[in-house]
Amino acid sequence: MQALTIIAAVNDALMTEMQIDPEVVTFGEDVGVEGGVFRATVNLQKKFGKKRCFDTPLAENAIVGTALGMAIAGLRPVVEIQFSGFAYPAFNQIIGHVSRMRNRTRGTLTAPMVIRMPYSGGIRALEMHSESMEALFAHIPGIKVVIPSTPYETKGLLISAIRDDDPVIFMEPKRLYRAFKQEVPEEAYTIPIGKARIVQEGTQITLVSYGSQMKEAREAAQLLQQEGISVELIDLRTIYPYDKATIVDSVKKTGRLLAVHEGPRSFGVAAEIISTITKDAFEYLEAPPTRLTGADTIFPLPGAEHHYMIQTSHIVNTIREILQYQP
Amino acid sequence: MFENYDPREGKRLQILNEEGQLNTDLQDMPLLTNKQALEAYKIMVLTRVADEWAVSLNRQGRMPTYPPVKGQEANSIGSILAIKSDDWFVQAFRELGGLLIREVPLSQHYLYYLGNEMGSYYERDKYHILPISVPIASQLPHAVGLAYAEQYRGTKKIAIVFNGDGGTSVGDFHESLNFAGVWKAPIIFYVQNNQYAISVPRHSQTASTTIAEKAFGYGFEGIQVDGNDVFAVYAATKIAAAHARKGNGPTLIEGFTYRLGAHTTADDPTRYREDDEVADWIKRDPLIRLEKYVLQKKLISEKQIEKLRQDAKKQAVAAFEEADNFQKESLDNTFRYTFKSLPPIMAEQLEQRRQLEGGSR
Repeated sequence: MQALTIIAAVNDALMTEMQIDPEVVTFGEDVGVEGGVFRATVNLQKKFGKKRCFDTPLAENAIVGTALGMAIAGLRPVVEIQFSGFAYPAFNQIIGHVSRMRNRTRGTLTAPMVIRMPYSGGIRALEMHSESMEALFAHIPGIKVVIPSTPYETKGLLISAIRDDDPVIFMEPKRLYRAFKQEVPEEAYTIPIGKARIVQEGTQITLVSYGSQMKEAREAAQLLQQEGISVELIDLRTIYPYDKATIVDSVKKTGRLLAVHEGPRSFGVAAEIISTITKDAFEYLEAPPTRLTGADTIFPLPGAEHHYMIQTSHIVNTIREILQYQP
Repeated sequence: MFENYDPREGKRLQILNEEGQLNTDLQDMPLLTNKQALEAYKIMVLTRVADEWAVSLNRQGRMPTYPPVKGQEANSIGSILAIKSDDWFVQAFRELGGLLIREVPLSQHYLYYLGNEMGSYYERDKYHILPISVPIASQLPHAVGLAYAEQYRGTKKIAIVFNGDGGTSVGDFHESLNFAGVWKAPIIFYVQNNQYAISVPRHSQTASTTIAEKAFGYGFEGIQVDGNDVFAVYAATKIAAAHARKGNGPTLIEGFTYRLGAHTTADDPTRYREDDEVADWIKRDPLIRLEKYVLQKKLISEKQIEKLRQDAKKQAVAAFEEADNFQKESLDNTFRYTFKSLPPIMAEQLEQRRQLEGGSR
């Protein structure tokens, strides 16, 4: 065992999997010599050479497009988009080809590839460096979207993503990159994609969140527990395909739901969860399923970031209100 | 490798002229053998006949929108003949001749345009072909990635990727040539410059004198060939392929050609080009000159050509019937290939759809 941060767990997952599988290659902007601007790929080039870990010219569309070609040829590329806000030039490749290749060729050409990208705000970064746009990716048929929230899950989910025979967009909560350490096994292990995790069992309300927002969600659940409010906290972990069964079962037990995420509200992940619950757990509901999310605003520059971010107290207060609901 | 054919000096490689005569002064150029020339001719006849049949079927209302290949056949035939059958062949969408060289069933070509996903099913390890790419130029980075993978594995296999003159304006063209140059990837970029991107003429697409010269900005060579001359296409590709296999990196080949038909059957080219221009290009038809050549060399007789055309028509008719009668894709298959295995939330959607359709598969 080793105590690792999330960013170190990303590195450890790559190190572990590249050791096991010679078909795994990793590349992107500043990924090689520097080891990535967040150091996710540090020492990989030293250990595995320039053919397996390398810098590319500065073009996200070609990073993703060339990765697809490699994947078709049988490699397992893991590419880094330096910030999720720079993924947009690659949308033509992601939507036009990566997501569709298996389907349009009836399974003869596939895209076993991972597109890693740090996302989320709260680190006082420059413009375009703070958004949480996972819903954009989750809406694309043929793409899996995974977001870890702890070092242990980061390693297990990233290894699963690399081994997955379909394309996975792996969004890393950069606000939590170095927030805390956790014991992480040195050997390879996997955590299934498509399965949520019940972080804390509870009886009065189901709190669903993921990624960077899990920090506040966890704190809120603990504070409420001290007040005697029993929260069932679920870390979604996979945005697509999301684990409907775990959420529905939980809400059937608690009768209440709060879905929390940093990304914009309208047409977001919480909307999908609430829609599902409203249909599949309707007769169990004791209060309206609720969402607490970023607003439909442009993510502010650092000076006004606090007007956007969801605080622990916001979650606590919202849950208190839901529990007080009288039909 | 192409010092004598620098496009920046206004040079264009032609080996077989409009009269079907070989330029024997070109000592440095690999030529098609008699056997290859005859194969190229036979495939070109089949391509022409199959293509004209598709257009005719469209007019009869039996074939949806279809993009004709007529006039451009030599480009993909000559280049695919010049590489190995397990080199990667990444299509744009006017490479029917190349597909037939690789022995892709003609019915599959029709099947795609009839609207069946199986038309894009090129069994990977049998054909090494990527399906038609609809977003223009977006296939170029795939070819660079394929080439990188072969370089990584040290296989000596290469990739060839096709694109049109319009596609050279898309960012993917720049990015792909740039990546390939930096990686010294074993790849050939083949641009079929057919003079128009739908209605927009070549000079409105780029201020560059040639497309071939763009290669030099990426650190590798480019050559402009007469794209209606299967010998020139073959020679340039053969040399570029050897260059790539030796680890010397990419080449850009501009096939200077012309689309004799419409962009697609939904297009009316009389709106944007003059009849005189078309008439002039008909004289340069790649099929006519290759036919003159094989006749002059006595590789085939007039009588055999007549038989060849009749057989090609029979083949095209049969292939279309086969495609037209091909089993339609099922509801199950519409879901099955989104992922390797169907996620539970999609299984539920499939079940719902099945019920809406009254229990269909």
